[in-house]
Amino acid sequence: MKRLAFSAASGGLFGLGLMISGMTNPAKVQGWLDFLGDWDPTLAFVLGGAIVPMFFAWRYAEGRKPALGGSFPSKPEQVIDRNLILGSALFGAGWGLAGLCPGPAMASIGYGNPGVWVFVIAMVAGMAVTPWARRRLDAAPAKG
Amino acid sequence: MYLDWVYGLIGGLMIGGAAALFLLANGRIMGASGLLGGVVDGSGRGNLGERLAFLGGLVGLPLIVVLLRGGAPETEMTGNVAVLAAAGLLVGIGTRLANGCTSGHGVCGISRLSIRGIAATVAYLAAGAVSLFVFRHILGVV
Repeated sequence: MKRLAFSAASGGLFGLGLMISGMTNPAKVQGWLDFLGDWDPTLAFVLGGAIVPMFFAWRYAEGRKPALGGSFPSKPEQVIDRNLILGSALFGAGWGLAGLCPGPAMASIGYGNPGVWVFVIAMVAGMAVTPWARRRLDAAPAKG
Repeated sequence: MYLDWVYGLIGGLMIGGAAALFLLANGRIMGASGLLGGVVDGSGRGNLGERLAFLGGLVGLPLIVVLLRGGAPETEMTGNVAVLAAAGLLVGIGTRLANGCTSGHGVCGISRLSIRGIAATVAYLAAGAVSLFVFRHILGVV
């Protein structure tokens, strides 16, 4: 029960932070990506602000256990592979196109903008087909 | 403009605080695409409750704020339905293929000095800038 309560609290705080930061407004995100246009640096403040508490959280976690039991996730093997870069490139292309990434898209479902709903439905569909796409990619001969 | 930066910083600190809470209490990484993707493709069956509770808070608390305030913050979207659907598909496939998005690779990965997180962030930032440049300044669709 505690695990669920803390999960909901984390999700809620994440949503509020996204709302206050302005990142649920696609125009702000596209403004950040528009380096050659009317550039808006707000996203750097958001990402920078978010990294600070997490930097200390990772430090604090060293040699400790999570408060509700279990163990902290081990660092994934530090390999930069094709799926990481190809996936991030596809994600970035969509991010620039709509100005939405998964967190802000979900946080703004309740805003009532049908454009967000279209995006979220398509995103969920994309997530549903990815295990299949990943198997196809992994079966194909790797070229770097 | 400058006020936007202050709100950005405050909101960012809250986002990082949420990620720190999820890590230190539950021992979990706060990655929006991973938490949702695991529900969608069934790979997160083992901790479905935590995922749904997190997503419930993420969708629900902003919704409550909108209802209490009697209005939503501004969302200026460009692009028609087809553009938004294509963008959603790309984001869904891309984040799951890369195992993370702005929150997982960006916030949680960079703060851990993860090479994978940093490489992913460089890749999606570059792709985002190129994509926006092409679709806004060359093709004019967004």
